[in-house]
Amino acid sequence: MGQQMKSRLEVTGIYLILAIVFVVIFYPLIWTVGMSLNEGSSLYSSSIIPENFSLEHYMWLFSSESNYLTWYKNSLIVSTFTAAGSVILTSLVAYAFSRYEFVGRKNGLYVFLLLQMFPVMMAMVALYIFLNMIGMLDTLSGLILIYLGGQIPFNAWLVKGYFDTIPRELDQAARIDGAGHLRVFFSIMLPLAKPILAVVALFNFMMPMFDFLLPSIVLSSEAKYTLAVGLFNFINDQFANNFTRFAAGSVLVAVPIAAIYLFLQRYLISGLTAGGSKG
Amino acid sequence: MGLPEYNEDHESNQHHLAGKQRRHNPKLALVLSVLFAGLGQLYNRRYLKGIIFITIEAAFLVTMLDFINLGIWGLRTLGTIPGTDHSIRLLVFGVISLIILAIVVTLYVFNIRDAKLQAEKIRNGWTAPRLGEALREAYERSFPYLMTTPGLLLMLFVVVFPLIFAILLAFTNYNLYNSPPRNLVDWVGLQNFINLASEPIWKDTFISVFSWTIVWTVVATSLQIGVGLFLAVLVNDSRVKFKKLIRTVLILPWAVPAFVTILIFAAMFNDQFGAINRDIIIPLTGGEGLPWLSDPFYSRIAIILIQTWLGFPFVFALFTGVLQSISKDWYEAADIDGSSRMQKFRFITLPHVMFATAPLLIMQYAQNFNNFNIIYLFNEGGPPVMDQKAGGTDILISWVYKLTFDTNNYGMAAAVSIIMGLLVSGFAFYQFRRTRSFKEEGEI
Repeated sequence: MGQQMKSRLEVTGIYLILAIVFVVIFYPLIWTVGMSLNEGSSLYSSSIIPENFSLEHYMWLFSSESNYLTWYKNSLIVSTFTAAGSVILTSLVAYAFSRYEFVGRKNGLYVFLLLQMFPVMMAMVALYIFLNMIGMLDTLSGLILIYLGGQIPFNAWLVKGYFDTIPRELDQAARIDGAGHLRVFFSIMLPLAKPILAVVALFNFMMPMFDFLLPSIVLSSEAKYTLAVGLFNFINDQFANNFTRFAAGSVLVAVPIAAIYLFLQRYLISGLTAGGSKG
Repeated sequence: MGLPEYNEDHESNQHHLAGKQRRHNPKLALVLSVLFAGLGQLYNRRYLKGIIFITIEAAFLVTMLDFINLGIWGLRTLGTIPGTDHSIRLLVFGVISLIILAIVVTLYVFNIRDAKLQAEKIRNGWTAPRLGEALREAYERSFPYLMTTPGLLLMLFVVVFPLIFAILLAFTNYNLYNSPPRNLVDWVGLQNFINLASEPIWKDTFISVFSWTIVWTVVATSLQIGVGLFLAVLVNDSRVKFKKLIRTVLILPWAVPAFVTILIFAAMFNDQFGAINRDIIIPLTGGEGLPWLSDPFYSRIAIILIQTWLGFPFVFALFTGVLQSISKDWYEAADIDGSSRMQKFRFITLPHVMFATAPLLIMQYAQNFNNFNIIYLFNEGGPPVMDQKAGGTDILISWVYKLTFDTNNYGMAAAVSIIMGLLVSGFAFYQFRRTRSFKEEGEI
């Protein structure tokens, strides 16, 4: 009897803690949705449960007055190209590092690690000057190029770790059967490495989508902004005045992204632990 | 089919050319290749290769020599005439020349080695395969290089070049007052580092920002790992129902873009109209509410709390995955031995979890050390602090941002980033060196 009582108390305690955590998680999220539905643009008079329920901010975002849809499109372009490009580039590099012996292989791995350690901020001035020199400042392609180059050290490491777990006997057997280098790569390594490649693709899709620092330096005209820069500029100057619009814009971004994440998180975690802990 | 025929051919050739081959001189090939890349290859009768090398060197001499000459000169002097010479542009050209020079020197050394080795092989009675065969072999051997070249080239310009540039910048006096084109930038040696260590205003700022960075990294990361672990163990309890739903909700903060949530929290913590003060603190305690954005102490508390909110779901998801994979046998065995719940956690759960996730957890620390977004988006590193060049919540990276883009003190910013890079790499290298990747040999 005492045992059962204790167990029941414990379970109640667990649920109680989880309930508190739920409140802490949901409060800011619901607050944002509430804000976005308030009438008027002032944060002073807005409340979590709107007195005058209105969709005006959502309408405004889609109106020709705002650049919101352009930003959305820009972000999708940058993210898509970065994701696709990084999967291709990184898997090529990782394949060479995982399966071949060549000059500078071991040192190359150390260099990759070292390059990750220095803050990205350090490169900003040089990148600005560099893009300016080759005339790609304020272009989406310049931004994509930087993302593509910058992701290699980290992701090559991740993917190489995963490739290492694929038994060598598989590609050796294929080689004996007469498959060439590229054939082994495309029909054996890539299909087997799908989980980690999905992780790389997802990371490189999400990262540019919400990176703020680099685009804020590279992009200067409003029609080129990505979502993060655009949304930040909503509230940068008149924080209290535009907040409801910002909230509406955020909700429209956060909902699809959160849905994708929740849907894929299982694969994400398994890919990360496989590549990360063994890599 | 073609193979036996080829072998016969090969043998008769060998017989016929034997005398000539013995006289083939590797030293001569080496000297020729040193004189002008490709000559040694011509001597070795590898005409295609020789012509390629000659073309490369000729093209290099014709087009690049001036550029590199100027680059090296610029790197040494950073310009001599104020108003005409643009020091920073010269620095950029200098770094690019160095990179090109390194590539060319590598090719040149490769050319010399290739000429010598091949000549030696010819002397020992080797004849060159036919063109098609040779190309095939070259493809076989250079395959890993072909695979890595596009990625590494891009990386060279986007990661390595900026890094070298920034490191060099740390040894100049590039700041607002002597910025080109009006003025020249000069090499100042270690002056920036000396200022950081000795000049009071720099020293005080550096020490206070540095210590807050360490506190921030350790406390925020440990807290998010602790909360994640605690909740993962809690939800994993066999008596808890609706596990799937609970887990989905707990991962939600990770799924919502951090960029958005930080800005939302910044609004919620706003001193005057934020929801935290208006709806929670004032109704509970009365008074004016807490100065979340204007007092350094409260700002720091707020930032740590927000980071915990943002960071625990990832750790939670990670740990949940591992917890589910721990075999029940362990716990049953422990039950038979009569161990307490604490012991089971300490000796079964914790080692399993830590073993599987250690590298990722270390990365969490490194990430928070460089977590620019939360510091800058929450309060732009504020509030300002008296007698200091940085705000109350500024960590090293956001301070570097301010030094660069607000006060244009590029030299000092670069010096601080070098210190940061060395700190992180020292820490991480020590940790990563023991992982398996380095021990595995690559060979197909």
